[in-house]
Amino acid sequence: MPDLSRFNLRDRFGDWWDKASPIQRGFTRVFVISLFYALPLINNPVIDTPETSFQSVLFYPLAMFSLMAVGLNVVVGKSGILDLGYVAFFAIGAYTYAMFALKTSLNFWEILPLAMGFAMLAGVILGLPALRLRGDYLAIITLGFGEIVRIVAINTEAIGGAAGLTSIPGPPAFLGHEFTVMDPRPYYWLTLTLLSLVIWGVLRLSHRKPGRAWEAIREDEDVAEFMGVSTLKYKLWAFIIGGAVGGAAGAVYASQIRSIQPEMFTLNLSIMILACVVFGGMGNIWGVILGAVLLGYLPEKLRFLSETRIIFFGLLMVVMMNIRPNGLLPRKKREVVGEKK
Amino acid sequence: MDFSIVVSDFASLTLDGIVVGAIYALVALGYTLVYGVLRLINFAHSEIFMMGTMTAVFVTSILGFTGYEDPLPLWRFFLVFALIVIAASVVSGGAAVILEIVAYRRLRNMGASRLSSLISAIGASFFLTETFRLLTDSRNLDFPRMISKEPLFQFSSAYVTQDKLLVLAGAAILFYGLNRVINHTRLGLGIRAVSQDERTSVLMGVNVNRVISFTFLIGGVLAGAGSAFYMVFYEVTKSNVGFLIGISAFTAAVLGGIGNIRGALIGSFALGLFQQYTAAVLGYNWRDVVTFVVLVLVLLVKPTGLFGEALQKARV
Repeated sequence: MPDLSRFNLRDRFGDWWDKASPIQRGFTRVFVISLFYALPLINNPVIDTPETSFQSVLFYPLAMFSLMAVGLNVVVGKSGILDLGYVAFFAIGAYTYAMFALKTSLNFWEILPLAMGFAMLAGVILGLPALRLRGDYLAIITLGFGEIVRIVAINTEAIGGAAGLTSIPGPPAFLGHEFTVMDPRPYYWLTLTLLSLVIWGVLRLSHRKPGRAWEAIREDEDVAEFMGVSTLKYKLWAFIIGGAVGGAAGAVYASQIRSIQPEMFTLNLSIMILACVVFGGMGNIWGVILGAVLLGYLPEKLRFLSETRIIFFGLLMVVMMNIRPNGLLPRKKREVVGEKK
Repeated sequence: MDFSIVVSDFASLTLDGIVVGAIYALVALGYTLVYGVLRLINFAHSEIFMMGTMTAVFVTSILGFTGYEDPLPLWRFFLVFALIVIAASVVSGGAAVILEIVAYRRLRNMGASRLSSLISAIGASFFLTETFRLLTDSRNLDFPRMISKEPLFQFSSAYVTQDKLLVLAGAAILFYGLNRVINHTRLGLGIRAVSQDERTSVLMGVNVNRVISFTFLIGGVLAGAGSAFYMVFYEVTKSNVGFLIGISAFTAAVLGGIGNIRGALIGSFALGLFQQYTAAVLGYNWRDVVTFVVLVLVLLVKPTGLFGEALQKARV
């Protein structure tokens, strides 16, 4: 199906964006961002989901998946490192937040950088040895890492063992918004703010040297190395940045859900986030977010999907790869041209 | 950490290690064969194994075994067991061939990146696991005990039982059969040719798609037979049974040097033994962590495995 696989909405919008004046761009930015901030204020039965309110679905899974998918996109989409253990960073962030919040008097804002730091540290510890490998081997190693983190959490009594950690305190009030268990909206706004910062940061990096290095590595690692790109360094940075975003997502999640168990951090979640990235369009932030929103929202909305969603996603990954290997909203065409036909 | 248990139970741990290793080997051969011809890790191979175990349980329930019978007379057991092995092999082999056509062939012909093939295989793996999880309601399925597990004789601390001997004998027959097929048939010649150089073998008139299909078939049949032995030894299965067996078998294949058949055998036995010894010292909970650590260390220290080709040079 050549037409279906070539049509690229992203390019259409990209062309418009390139020609737009600074005023038009600024206006679009403000409009889109305020639209997203206003989303939880909508109360409409059409978008409500059968099980939970639209507001709580907005926080988890939509905003959470989007944040993690954007983080994983730096690793998988930008640099072509297949990471099947992304949930490990999420788990490390969640456990770091929970442990510090329970054992020390630090509050959420002080622990958040710590959670990201621990996730980054884990990224270095795993990445330094593992990133020397490629493709399939790296995928298996990262998968193993994700499972090791979970099994270690189950078997370590000091961090709650299989029962996990409970009664984790939430963040302190911010600008008059209380972070309570009942109201998911402040958490949504918090996640959205983090997401906006991450998108901004990743876009900045993508347009500069690291972004070019990542693309070169993804397209052909050997050639990139010959051209003087320090491949291990940039792969490691991609891994660490992705890990930090996952860690931040984990900390926010733990602060909202208030109790965490090792069984929350299974391979299924890694695959779920990977499916968002692949489905939406590897390498393109907007595509990845679209993927996260669709794959997060549909199973909540359609009950028959939530029972069978992993089957559905498995099938989707196979079909997507066969028909439209670059996802719904692929990255820019100039990058696609060089790929093998 | 109590190392004395390894010494006192050495014979028992060694016997179990060899039996487990034989089962790993049957699965690991599938990884290694497919890697040989495609330079690709068949991520869904563990699900092929899982389908074999499901078939084994299904066949016994059709035959009317409930698990409360006395052990069958030996000749009747062999008949029933042969039927189970054949059914599991047919299902697993067939599933592997279909998997290749659905998840790999089109992508291969498009010349898509290896990442695409890998993601497609992961999708197929999830599809199969979840389908069987829903079909079985996430329950454990028990395999009826049709063979006596009373020890035949004791050697030091090891209890030699009929089921362990059955696994070892069956695995030995399959290894011999595989050796005949790979080294003494036209098809085996084709597999070896494609493994060495796909492009040249096309020029020499090898039908590559057919060879690849047969490779998946052989891998699937071995995994199916392995799943029947697994069921006799462990007597329980679940929809996610393939995951840990798959990781162990894959680790074994890498340990021996992936793409190398003899390496996969030796790697499997080595890993089986190592798992038993370390599990005795650290506790059973840590067995899978040990497997992953072995995998990581092998890939870091000697990525070619004990007998393999140079992996890092293989372009990805």
